[in-house]
Amino acid sequence: MLLTKEQQAILDGAQGETMAKVMKTMVMYGDAFEAEKLVPITSEYNHLVTSFGLKVMSPVYDLMQQLLDAGVMSGQKFSVDPRPLDKNVPASFLQNFVFNKFMYTKQDFYEDQLEKLGLKDDKAFTCTCYMDEVGNQPKKGDILSWAESSAVVYANSVLGARCNRNSGIIDIMGSIVGFVPYFGLLTDDGRKADWVIKIQTTKKPEAQLLGSAIGVKVMEDVPYVIGLDQWIGTELNDEAKSYLKDFGAATASNGAVGLYHIENLTPEAVELGEDLIRPDAKEYIIDDAELQRVQDNYPVIWKNPDAAPKLCFLGCPHLSLQQMKDWTDKIEAGLAASGKKKVVIPTVLTAAPGVLEAFNQTEYADRLKATGVITSYICPLMYMNNPLCKTMPVITSSNKLRTYTSARYYKDDEILAAITKGGK
Amino acid sequence: MRQFQGRVVTPGTVTAEAVVTKQGFNTLASLQMALQFGDKQVKCGDQNNEELHGKPLLGKALCLPQTIGSTTGGLVLYCACALEKNPACLLFANHIDSLAAAGAVLADVWVDGVSMPVVDCLGDDFLEYVKDGMTVTIKEDGIVEVA
Repeated sequence: MLLTKEQQAILDGAQGETMAKVMKTMVMYGDAFEAEKLVPITSEYNHLVTSFGLKVMSPVYDLMQQLLDAGVMSGQKFSVDPRPLDKNVPASFLQNFVFNKFMYTKQDFYEDQLEKLGLKDDKAFTCTCYMDEVGNQPKKGDILSWAESSAVVYANSVLGARCNRNSGIIDIMGSIVGFVPYFGLLTDDGRKADWVIKIQTTKKPEAQLLGSAIGVKVMEDVPYVIGLDQWIGTELNDEAKSYLKDFGAATASNGAVGLYHIENLTPEAVELGEDLIRPDAKEYIIDDAELQRVQDNYPVIWKNPDAAPKLCFLGCPHLSLQQMKDWTDKIEAGLAASGKKKVVIPTVLTAAPGVLEAFNQTEYADRLKATGVITSYICPLMYMNNPLCKTMPVITSSNKLRTYTSARYYKDDEILAAITKGGK
Repeated sequence: MRQFQGRVVTPGTVTAEAVVTKQGFNTLASLQMALQFGDKQVKCGDQNNEELHGKPLLGKALCLPQTIGSTTGGLVLYCACALEKNPACLLFANHIDSLAAAGAVLADVWVDGVSMPVVDCLGDDFLEYVKDGMTVTIKEDGIVEVA
């Protein structure tokens, strides 16, 4: 890799031993991909994936402390993934005991570290940092050092920023040195499509199911999706952006997608069209039967597959303001149709603190509260990552949550029926 | 016995028993529960990976196409190394992905006294040939022997 004089000096220790190790990390990371150079980060803010003070992750906090002790800091403020705990979310005595005494014992310590390292503000805990209410929205062409798979794929695909699927720790180290290696999704060639996905469904495909199907098929490749605009339009409005948020999160978690193009909709597809498609691109046709096949193949790992659900999570990744309002309307209508006043399964809608604050200023907040639904800023994935939840029948319409936990996936309309009428 | 030529991502030599997955290795889903709750064998917790689910990973030669899933993947791998709960080595049929590369580099630069050699670009033939229980040896210059 060719380094500038400034970069070489840092690597040689001009800014101290710890900074030299940070630079060495970024150079070795780039070397693994034959990167020719390091390029400057241009976004205003960074985004980190590590928000949780898990006892087992103590090596991470030790490393962060090394950075703090050496005074090695980033010039960028950052947002970070959601907090893992919220007293509003139902938990048993035993769960609370495990959360507070065994799992997240480092939470306060780590949040203190985050503040010192440059946390944007105390509302910056969300996986959807790009929401207007949060304010970490990079511009088209910006170079990022983000992690969080769902945020990276959104920034690349919907916003047209440029970011590789960086891991936690690499995210902050790139930001500290101010440079990231130039490879993969930072390059024009790396943003070309390896797959053409043809949507031939008879109705609007469920975002998280479609994303799952594509993620499993293409893995880390770039898909160019044709035919989806007939269902979600050609304008990046709130509805389309919310759809793409959920779609992208599923492609990234069920596979390893960091960028997708939607014909006639996402910025690079609109600008460059089919020029984005590699000549040897493979083809994958998705129809109703294929989506059903994908859903039918999800393993059910509940101890009792016929158990009645005890909890429902909606909002992984965090919901947009529009989705919060839409769920309020749908739940109200569902309850009215079934003659019930409250949801029959404890249900949690999760969103960024800023989105919840905005939601609470609308008339929807009291309406949702009246249905018995709980709102929270929590990370459902972190809530469920423990053996106690493995035996707990949780339902969700998040394919990301399904992938990493024992939560069972259902489509939105199936979830709505379950929480407003009963049954699975 | 067969030899395969790969590319050294992080250096080292080691001999270990193979565990093999032909689908992407989801680092978070595979390792988090085992690390969190002190599973001494570090059994794979990924319910979506039928080849590996429930199999011990500690000290094994993990043979895989690539890693997938959450971008915590690299730091989970780094923690596994720092806690000495890591596979003996990682052997990729494909080019290494950004998350696994991050984990390998972080462990190499920031963890003292732990070695987890990583070789990639071993090719589809490697993953077709190697089976669970075979003995894998990483030699210098990215040569991998499978017997």
